[in-house]
Amino acid sequence: MSELTLFLIRFAYLAILWIFVLSAISVIRSDMFGARVPETARGAAAPTRGKSKPPTRRRGSPTHLLVVEGDNAGARAELEDAPLLIGRGSDAAIRLDDDYVSTRHARVASSGDEWFVEDLGSTNGTYVGSVRITQPTTIGLGIQVRIGKTILELRK
Amino acid sequence: MSQNHSLMDFVHRQRRGAELFLLLLALAVGIGAYAAVGLGMEGTIPADIAGYGGWLTALIVVAHVAIRLFAPYADPVLLPLVAALNGLGLAVIHRLDLDDTAQCIDNDTFARQQLIWMTLGVVLFVATLALLRDHRLLQRLTYTTGLTAIVLLLLPMVPFIGNTVNGAKIWISVGPFSFQPGEVAKVLLVIAFAGYLVLHRDALALAGRRVLFIDLPRGRDLGPILGMWAVSMFILVFQRDLGSSLLFFGIFLIMLYVATERPGWLVVGTALFAAGAFAGWQAFGHVQNRVNIWLDPMAYYDQNPGSGQLVEGLFGMGWGGLIGRGFGEGAPCRIPYAESDFIVPAIGEELGLTAVLAVILCYGLIVERALRIALISRDGFGKLMAVGLGSIFALQVFVVVGGVTGLIPLTGLTTPFLSYGGSSLVANWVVIALLLRISDQARRPVPRLSATDAGSDSESTQVVKLK
Repeated sequence: MSELTLFLIRFAYLAILWIFVLSAISVIRSDMFGARVPETARGAAAPTRGKSKPPTRRRGSPTHLLVVEGDNAGARAELEDAPLLIGRGSDAAIRLDDDYVSTRHARVASSGDEWFVEDLGSTNGTYVGSVRITQPTTIGLGIQVRIGKTILELRK
Repeated sequence: MSQNHSLMDFVHRQRRGAELFLLLLALAVGIGAYAAVGLGMEGTIPADIAGYGGWLTALIVVAHVAIRLFAPYADPVLLPLVAALNGLGLAVIHRLDLDDTAQCIDNDTFARQQLIWMTLGVVLFVATLALLRDHRLLQRLTYTTGLTAIVLLLLPMVPFIGNTVNGAKIWISVGPFSFQPGEVAKVLLVIAFAGYLVLHRDALALAGRRVLFIDLPRGRDLGPILGMWAVSMFILVFQRDLGSSLLFFGIFLIMLYVATERPGWLVVGTALFAAGAFAGWQAFGHVQNRVNIWLDPMAYYDQNPGSGQLVEGLFGMGWGGLIGRGFGEGAPCRIPYAESDFIVPAIGEELGLTAVLAVILCYGLIVERALRIALISRDGFGKLMAVGLGSIFALQVFVVVGGVTGLIPLTGLTTPFLSYGGSSLVANWVVIALLLRISDQARRPVPRLSATDAGSDSESTQVVKLK
């Protein structure tokens, strides 16, 4: 084996090693914001379902989410715009001025006829009744969801 | 609202194709290294490259298929990173086996044994993914795993099965097999800490006295950290294993800090660690040796016990320089235990700083993925477990690479996935399986409506659990 061959082998191997590392980083980069394509597909599917759904919806189903207690009492968001983001951030559907609420605190979304609330990794947690929820939890009319010092409810 | 909507509809893709692509590159890293070792050492591509490459490929394909079947949403980067590190480690160990110079008195079958251990590791990896479908089941076993970990840590102290190797009582031997139970214990301890802290974090986060802008924890909450400190001191004193002692206490401290968000715990933990380290330094000759060698490696080069190993490692890395000597052109056999604790200097000598940086970056990415999994995980137990498992790698790599480069005193720990050592390799494969399981749970889209199943049967097939 000549010096040059060995040098080229070594160089080629280091190149493979770094191509691997850089590819791994590029996969991580492309993974950062999740999917775009399925999202638009879902986005396109959602309105059509939303339009066809209301007539079949039963009479007792909730129509809006209302803040019943806390600094923002009276604020509401229509469930037609679901999923709803709740938090202190400017992109939230219901913005709460409550120091105990995280920027993106929880979200309310529907699954069939059911509505559920999901904690988005908030600092102080989301409570349904007196239980701190750890996974998406179904809520019905009048069930109180506590977020920080604020209480929300689904209303007709 | 539209911006809001696009944020809300954030879903993770499965990314199994990307994983496959990275795995092919990882195999190129592993098999390429094997071929380069053959070319450098013997002048030809080794005759058994098809068999070796085929076996490695089969293992990786099995692991990949298991992820596709059992954890389709799992993180796509972890398995390729591990496969590349393991492949590179195997090749470097094989290179040390092939070396027949006078210093290489080692066993010539380390690479073969390591491949067998890797096979066992992949089998356990697949078994973990297949059997453990929800990591939250482990939360029920909080105290069982904690107790098992303590028993495993004590096993090397038991007469007849305990075994002392190089002054450290961390081995057990049953018949022809020897095993380091501490490697399994570290995984069990992470599970136990996560289960304990997720329940008690609210109490542990209560602030006590305030000193210099930092809320110190209350005195009555100090029980767990003192207990863990006692366990680490026990390992340091009776098993003479500095590395594991530091690792266990470090993992606990990191998880405690993450669970409570109180920097006060870091202050308390660092103080306890400093006190323990100082007492160890005062009381034990072997700790004093390590510190003296760290302060002035060259002065102890030809003494026994001395710094020969460390200094040869430093020489090797220095000689390797930026792009290394090339496989077969260096003399890594001058470093005792080059295949286990000192594999990083062996890589530095023959592949240079370029490769060492790539390796450290791979570890960095593994830790980054673990923290990312912790961030997106929806349950507190999963978050804490992911942080704990990630910090195993972070601490281990820091302690080993820091030790061999002279940044901190040298302590014996394995370099995850690279070093020769069955217990460590198998345990680390299981750690990766657990991380992938949490990641699968975290990235799986929340059970919800899709246009097809939102129909009339939605009441009978309710997917969201009421808790």
